[in-house]
Amino acid sequence: MAQVQEFVEQALQLSTVDGCVVVAEEHTETNLRWANNSLTTNGQMTSRAVTVVSVAGESAGVVTRSVSTPDELATLVKASEAAARDATPADDFAPLVEPYDTDDDWDADPATTSVDVFARFAPELGTAFKQAGKNGRLLFGFAEHQMSSTFVGSSTGLRRRFDQPNGRVELNGKSDDYTRSVWAGIHTRDFSDVALDAAIEQLNTRLDWAATSVELPAGRYETILPPGAVADLMIYAYWTASARDAEEGRNVFAGPNGTTRIGERLSTLPLTLRSDPADPRLACAPFEIVTASEGGLQSVFDNGAPVTATSWIDNGRLANLARTRSWATRTNAEPRLFIGNLMLDGKGSASLDDMVASTERGLLLTCLWYIREVDPQTLLLTGLTRDGVFLVEDGTVRGAVNNFRFNESPIDLLGRITEVGRTEYTLPREWNDYFTRTAMPPVRVPDFNMSTVSQAS
Amino acid sequence: MPDLDPSFLALPMRELADAALGRARELGVTHADFRLERIRVGWLQLRDGKLDSTSDSEDLGLAVRVIHEGAWGFAADIARTPEAARRLAEQAVATAKISRVLSDDPVTLAPEPTYPDATWVSSYEIDPFEVPESERVARLSELSERLLAADGVDHVDASLMHVLENKFYADTAGTSTTQQRVRINPNFTAVHVDRGEGKFYSMRTIGGPAGRGWEYLRGTGWDFDAEIAELPELLAEHVKSPSVTAGSYDLVIHPTNLWLTIHESIGHATELDRALGYEAAYAGTSFATFDKLNTLKYGSGVMNVTGDRTVEHGLATIGYDDEGVQTKAFDIVRAGTLVGYQLNRHMAQAKGFGRSNGCAFADSSGHIPLQRMANVSLQPDPSGPSVDELISGVQRGIYILGDRSWSIDMQRYNFQFTGQRFYRIENGRLAGQLRDVAYQATTTDFWGSLEAVGGPATYHLGGAMNCGKGQPGQVAAVSHGCPATLFRGVNVLNTVAEGGR
Repeated sequence: MAQVQEFVEQALQLSTVDGCVVVAEEHTETNLRWANNSLTTNGQMTSRAVTVVSVAGESAGVVTRSVSTPDELATLVKASEAAARDATPADDFAPLVEPYDTDDDWDADPATTSVDVFARFAPELGTAFKQAGKNGRLLFGFAEHQMSSTFVGSSTGLRRRFDQPNGRVELNGKSDDYTRSVWAGIHTRDFSDVALDAAIEQLNTRLDWAATSVELPAGRYETILPPGAVADLMIYAYWTASARDAEEGRNVFAGPNGTTRIGERLSTLPLTLRSDPADPRLACAPFEIVTASEGGLQSVFDNGAPVTATSWIDNGRLANLARTRSWATRTNAEPRLFIGNLMLDGKGSASLDDMVASTERGLLLTCLWYIREVDPQTLLLTGLTRDGVFLVEDGTVRGAVNNFRFNESPIDLLGRITEVGRTEYTLPREWNDYFTRTAMPPVRVPDFNMSTVSQAS
Repeated sequence: MPDLDPSFLALPMRELADAALGRARELGVTHADFRLERIRVGWLQLRDGKLDSTSDSEDLGLAVRVIHEGAWGFAADIARTPEAARRLAEQAVATAKISRVLSDDPVTLAPEPTYPDATWVSSYEIDPFEVPESERVARLSELSERLLAADGVDHVDASLMHVLENKFYADTAGTSTTQQRVRINPNFTAVHVDRGEGKFYSMRTIGGPAGRGWEYLRGTGWDFDAEIAELPELLAEHVKSPSVTAGSYDLVIHPTNLWLTIHESIGHATELDRALGYEAAYAGTSFATFDKLNTLKYGSGVMNVTGDRTVEHGLATIGYDDEGVQTKAFDIVRAGTLVGYQLNRHMAQAKGFGRSNGCAFADSSGHIPLQRMANVSLQPDPSGPSVDELISGVQRGIYILGDRSWSIDMQRYNFQFTGQRFYRIENGRLAGQLRDVAYQATTTDFWGSLEAVGGPATYHLGGAMNCGKGQPGQVAAVSHGCPATLFRGVNVLNTVAEGGR
């Protein structure tokens, strides 16, 4: 057993209040960043965060420290207990999770990563820099690998641990005069599957497409959104999907006359939006890990509770909203805990290329960026197209179009999608600092609202 | 002024720095810096006056950054022993060796005097961590209950974030600094729900975050009691107000809204790392490219913008940056023309600026210092008009207060902002609230339409705690001051119509 598990046990032994949950995370990460065909920064970092949730009556004290000695741990437990005793009752109070059978290997050392994970990738990147330089092109981007081992221990006797690897590569290619810009993103668990050559080839194809530029005005356009852009829109909808907010009448999922929209058909297509911690490529913690309660979506009292595959939208109908155990008790409903991956499937088989080939006239996007909420009532979001808007005519890409600012609601869009392609694993562009594990299809929207033109290239 | 926290001073910072910098010297670096940082963040959230979330989180660790054979290397860890510090120096040199193979230009730094044993503490009265949580919750609860008791307020969200930041920095040139900052961000949102219609409306307080302590919630710097007293009536009027007709309007913009427009369209656009492409794949580049320095017409002649890391209560204010550079104020836009950028020592040297203006900053020991934003502020006219005088000069316009939604493109051309409150201006007078307003423009068109800046009495320092930049992502707090302002002929959208309704 490593030091971190001992810290969890020691903290629980030191606890003198009614209940205690310890969440300890050992985290290592390594990264490479580059610009203008040259590495700019890199690093490797190790960190540890121990969160002690002390429960006194129905009050909680939640304190997190980068503990490195037993004395610091004792100080942390005392601080957490003092906070619990001083606190008013928690609005999200629920009994701590009781132990249940798991296959977790509690005693194994924490998993780690290091710069060695780039042993194959880094030299390939160097080759790509040289090649890009010869072709009058510039590469920018970022590669990161993280490993988090999280240990949850409770005074109820519950013990759970999970090792979460998380890797991403973002590649941005430009012409050397900066007028053309394209992007590709890859999500990976361990970099063994990162095909840099293929990604660079995709960048080069798109930079070639951009040799012809087409100016188009603002307006509503038939638009093909690639999987990554769909992911960014769906992630925002997911973050908003609090059952409590809906039942209090204050999010887009609230209905008239005090109802919610659960059960409402959001799309006539068989769209299913779901999360599943057991998905092989997108595996995430099969139990709840929460170091601070979050506005009706997640509660520290739910730490360690099992999370299982959940459909949020089922065959076009809104099926579930995220519901903490506390709110579930208060509403006589089953808890639906927030899960760290998101998948949309519409039983489509067309690839992105197939959808381009079947387009008479429309826009093909690369990604969306700077997405922000404009109107919570409709979940109207604004943002920009970025790194490649392409005009498609008669099944062929004609050239690159100027960028646009869009104003659209993902919930409204679900009802207007006319074609859904094949679901694939994808990296969201906008939110991949926070949420990387997604699988989405490309979709066709007949009237995407490109509100104004952006001069950015 | 408060003292440096003894519990931070008790950490063996000099011993660790000597170990790390000594080992780095042995390994042949041309520069090494060491940071020991402790960032403590308090968070409270109340729903309808009841405690919904509480946390007290501290990050404590050390970092070594080196320039070895012309390449950067960086490593960070949490173990606070001399052995670990030496190991970090070795790791940093090892990563520099990887960098060197993949980088072109050797890194050199702009010169900077050394500041041995310098200390600096921000201007505040009471560290919120010294206030018992029960007292902090009680204050949030009291203000929440006042809102809940008012007609038309169905729900209240209250939150409070506060930060105590301690930084120790030492480098191989001989500078060592120990610094401490406090900042606070209280917010209250009143929500009206029409259950029958399935609609909801909200309005948030507009004071925003400040480089102050707990005194901020007791009336120093902002009067939350007065604002809470007004909020229900303002929300009720908002609920009943007509939807805006999209089109071109003159805008009188209050500093509580304009600070964010300054942040996005000037602050980020004048970061030299963006202009040089270092952020091209992520935060983006800038239309204000380096070749346009001293020629780009950024805005009208009344536009004067400074970068400043010294203003009292500024969120980006500090004595020395994370490269040991003493901070200062500097011009960015003078009489409408771009005259300066925000710099770090590497870029200052590479582009011939002589010295850096002190904008290198890391959000924690785990991250590399990036060029981060100073308090970028629009200067008032010393004899400028009041808000009423600005409004009196508008026939058909909108008066905007408080920030809400924001978005801008990756070269900082096209932006769209909403707000907390909008008033119709008719024939020089306010004529009731409007709803569903967003203003959208291209940066230089917008600042070119700036007709008047208000006087010093209209000046307010707004800001944000959560400015994001860089990969891996870093957050920074930054303030932006400005007077009330008048812009002519700005494109206004109706957000309901934008949603296709």
